[in-house]
Amino acid sequence: MSENILELKGLKKHFKTTAGGFFSREKAVVKAVDGVDLTIGHGETVGLVGESGCGKTTVGRTVMKIYEPTEGAMLFDGEDITHLSRKDMKPFRSQMQMIFQDPFASLNPRHTVGTIIESSFIIHGVEPEGGRKKAIQDLLDRVGLNPEHINRFPHEFSGGQRQRIGIARALALRPKLIVADEPVSALDVSIQAQVVNLLDDLQKELGLSYLFVAHDLSVVQHISDRVVVMYLGKVMETATTESLFNSPRHPYTKALLSAVPIPDPKIERMRERIILQGDLPSPMNPPAGCVFNTRCWKTQAKCFTDVPQTVEIAPGQTIACHFPEPAN
Amino acid sequence: MSKFLEVKNLSVSFPTEDGVVLAANDISYSVDLGETLAIVGESGSGKSVTNLAVMGLHNPQRTQITGQAFINLESGPVDVISAPTEVVRRMRGKTMSMIFQDPMSALHPYYSVGDQIAEAWGLYNSGSKRDGFARAKEMLDLVGIPDVDKRVNEFPHQFSGGMRQRVMIAMALVNNPSLLIADEPTTALDVTVQSQILQLLGGLQKEFNMAIILITHDLGVVAEVADRVCVMYGGRIVENASIDETFYNPLQPYTVGLLNSIPRVDKLGSHRLSAIPGQPPSLINLPRGCAFEPRCQFASSVAGNLCKTTNPNLDEKSTDHFARCHLSTTQLHQLLAKNESGAK
Amino acid sequence: MKGCDRLLKYISRRLLYTLVLMLIVSIAIYFIFDWLPIDPARLNCTKQCTPDIIEANRHRLGLDVSVMEQWWRFIQGLFHGRVYTQGAECPAPSFGYSFNRHECVTGILAEAFPITLSLALGAFIMWLSLGISLGVIAAKNKGKFLDKASSVFVLVGTSLPTFISGILIVLFVVLKFNIVNPLELGDWHNPFIDPVGWLKTFFFPCATLALAYAATYTRFTRSNVIETSSEDFIRTARAKGLSEKVILRKHTLRAALAPIVTIAGLDFAGLLGGAIITEGIFGLSGLGRLSVKAVTETYDLPIILSTTLLASAFVVVMNLIVDIAYAFIDPRVRQS
Repeated sequence: MSENILELKGLKKHFKTTAGGFFSREKAVVKAVDGVDLTIGHGETVGLVGESGCGKTTVGRTVMKIYEPTEGAMLFDGEDITHLSRKDMKPFRSQMQMIFQDPFASLNPRHTVGTIIESSFIIHGVEPEGGRKKAIQDLLDRVGLNPEHINRFPHEFSGGQRQRIGIARALALRPKLIVADEPVSALDVSIQAQVVNLLDDLQKELGLSYLFVAHDLSVVQHISDRVVVMYLGKVMETATTESLFNSPRHPYTKALLSAVPIPDPKIERMRERIILQGDLPSPMNPPAGCVFNTRCWKTQAKCFTDVPQTVEIAPGQTIACHFPEPAN
Repeated sequence: MSKFLEVKNLSVSFPTEDGVVLAANDISYSVDLGETLAIVGESGSGKSVTNLAVMGLHNPQRTQITGQAFINLESGPVDVISAPTEVVRRMRGKTMSMIFQDPMSALHPYYSVGDQIAEAWGLYNSGSKRDGFARAKEMLDLVGIPDVDKRVNEFPHQFSGGMRQRVMIAMALVNNPSLLIADEPTTALDVTVQSQILQLLGGLQKEFNMAIILITHDLGVVAEVADRVCVMYGGRIVENASIDETFYNPLQPYTVGLLNSIPRVDKLGSHRLSAIPGQPPSLINLPRGCAFEPRCQFASSVAGNLCKTTNPNLDEKSTDHFARCHLSTTQLHQLLAKNESGAK
Repeated sequence: MKGCDRLLKYISRRLLYTLVLMLIVSIAIYFIFDWLPIDPARLNCTKQCTPDIIEANRHRLGLDVSVMEQWWRFIQGLFHGRVYTQGAECPAPSFGYSFNRHECVTGILAEAFPITLSLALGAFIMWLSLGISLGVIAAKNKGKFLDKASSVFVLVGTSLPTFISGILIVLFVVLKFNIVNPLELGDWHNPFIDPVGWLKTFFFPCATLALAYAATYTRFTRSNVIETSSEDFIRTARAKGLSEKVILRKHTLRAALAPIVTIAGLDFAGLLGGAIITEGIFGLSGLGRLSVKAVTETYDLPIILSTTLLASAFVVVMNLIVDIAYAFIDPRVRQS
């Protein structure tokens, strides 16, 4: 067993697209993920956050080999899976599973819950002890659904329950790593907490590792042991949850945290906000130098020319910035 | 003193094949100029439906609306529910405006943003198309869109999400309305853009002394901008109070549960979230009693099965603080204190 | 201008594709006719048929060379004209020579095309206006009487084939009320010289064709208008305070009808190749009837070839026009 369940080294995923619209054939490259380093230890939850277009979802999908990585290396439990073929991937597939944002879209509406979960067993040729039906019912029970509902269809469940089905399916093959892509953002507030608690419990019981991809920093803060902040395909800051939220050192992390509203009116009235100007630049045409230079309030000449190197600024806290914030 | 908008006993229902959906049930609230009222609730709680009724945007053939919604104009109050459709139409965009959650689909894909803003302006102003575009540029500049001379001729798809919402705001405010209804205006946006938009709305509210109704599910956003809060559940208002009362002295178990269930960026620690169990109710067959009863941790503490049999009234529990619960304030406080000591 | 430049580049590229496609189509047609088990040289032979006569026929018809050579001669003829063995001469652009009718094909096409164009254009205008207005009316009265009435029309229009509706119209309207002298049915009147005569000839065939198409367009318009009406941007238009009339005209229809451009363009292009059944029923000597006759009766290769090529050219060119038109209608296509 390796020290980490997942290790990404300089991972890149570039997409080729057509730029300039209908009448043009110019080709462009979108650097959705551009050199990401990330490790997840056994039983650890790593939150991957950033705004839309930062590449966090692409990282998740590349890890799952939904996308073929352009460059870099991916190690799963110490074994290089970067360029494995579909066939060679198979033994790893059962060990890493994904949970999706939209639980309805990711469940086949014509299949019963039983069939949906059973398909995982069939694909991997697994015959669980005590038979498939029992295994499925155990799974449903474990994620908080009524085991008797094995023959119901996805539309007979509410949003939160569907997400539980998605989780049950992901757990069927006893994976070691779960990539959860915005697993609660489509759910109602009062349901989000239920699903977050379920993920917490399952981790404790089964020793799972999570790559938790989300834009909601409050949820990420709650569930993660460590957090990776991405911006325009690059990692801005990596730290333990405590360091990151108490003492963010990258200006972008600081701004991002400052933008999250806190459900406490008195705190809100006292708070000084850093309001970033403008929007995310297009990933098709990212700024030279530091990618955050167009919106950063600390930008100096160096930021437009030199790409900042990732350095360890405090134990376990790395950032890519020329002018880090002071520690709190 | 009457406030600018006063909604009284408003109910909205949709007859469907499965039965009548009672989407909003006996809703009353009011908001004054310069004030922000947040209406909080989960999907299906009736928060949008109520305000679409105020705007007169429901299809009259498929909707039953009862109750009143007075807009107190200088010329006297107008009940927008009973007023002729043509009268209400002439108030839309001029007296009251609305912006929506997804600014991409809310803007017409085939017309330039200048065109769309100028069209709204032209409805209530006489002037050439050129005047309309000049006004559109003014508005785009006001909402913080750079390079307006170029951008006024661009189409919605050429704008980013945040910029599109700015365009929507520019269009909604082009005729200086007194009431702006913002239906989840930042839900589709990133947090850094969300804070830009909320700041913009706050600034514009001060500048034009508007009443704002903010429909949202995000209690963080509420804490940031609201003066008063209505919490909705199952098509009813369950709590209506000032912002501080709502957050620091909630008197309805659903509000209490909601506030406890959300994780906060400023409170570290891997404590377990206190989730509200169960699912939101279906609006077709609402329980006879309290709609929150099946999920309420305190329902069993109420004597005589009252929560199952009788829907509680929205009572004024303390000055200007309304809540819908059979528990008295003292009882609720006792139960909450017991919970807390139990947790320790 | 940059945009204009890009558009020109795009059009020229598409035109080049079109040209290549047409060349491939024409070669394919030559090979298909070569492969068919029918020998025109034998068909043109009298009762006392000898191999010598067949061979002479073959030479006369220009079929004694390889298929590619035949095709190459045809292409050359388009640009330089052609001279045939019996002294017939067809100036450029020559589509060949019909030995059957002893005429240059170009001339035959020039006679038939105005008839087909009249029919197609008349029907096109009729079905578009009828289909769109009925569709809008049905959508606006969804579930009510007018909607149900229009759905009956849709049902009849889509299920009644033109060979039945056409014959019914000829028998019970045109002939019964003596609108057109049966002997003059299908006579060509130049619409710029004799508009009334033209109308008498073409109104009913156009209506027959339009009936079938209008039904599809009614259904299409209805569903698109209903779908667009529930779009967020229509709610926005209403929130602005626009009147229902302006919302329908300016906001709903613009978005709902944009996709019609595509299908209308292609339907029209298809008809330009000839409306075989309708032309047949009303005795119109358009391209459709010309092709059918050439295939079934006279086996006139040059005519079959030309009409087929022409029909495919219409479709390909109309495709290009539709694509460009769509880019003008939808800014997202233009510059996303």
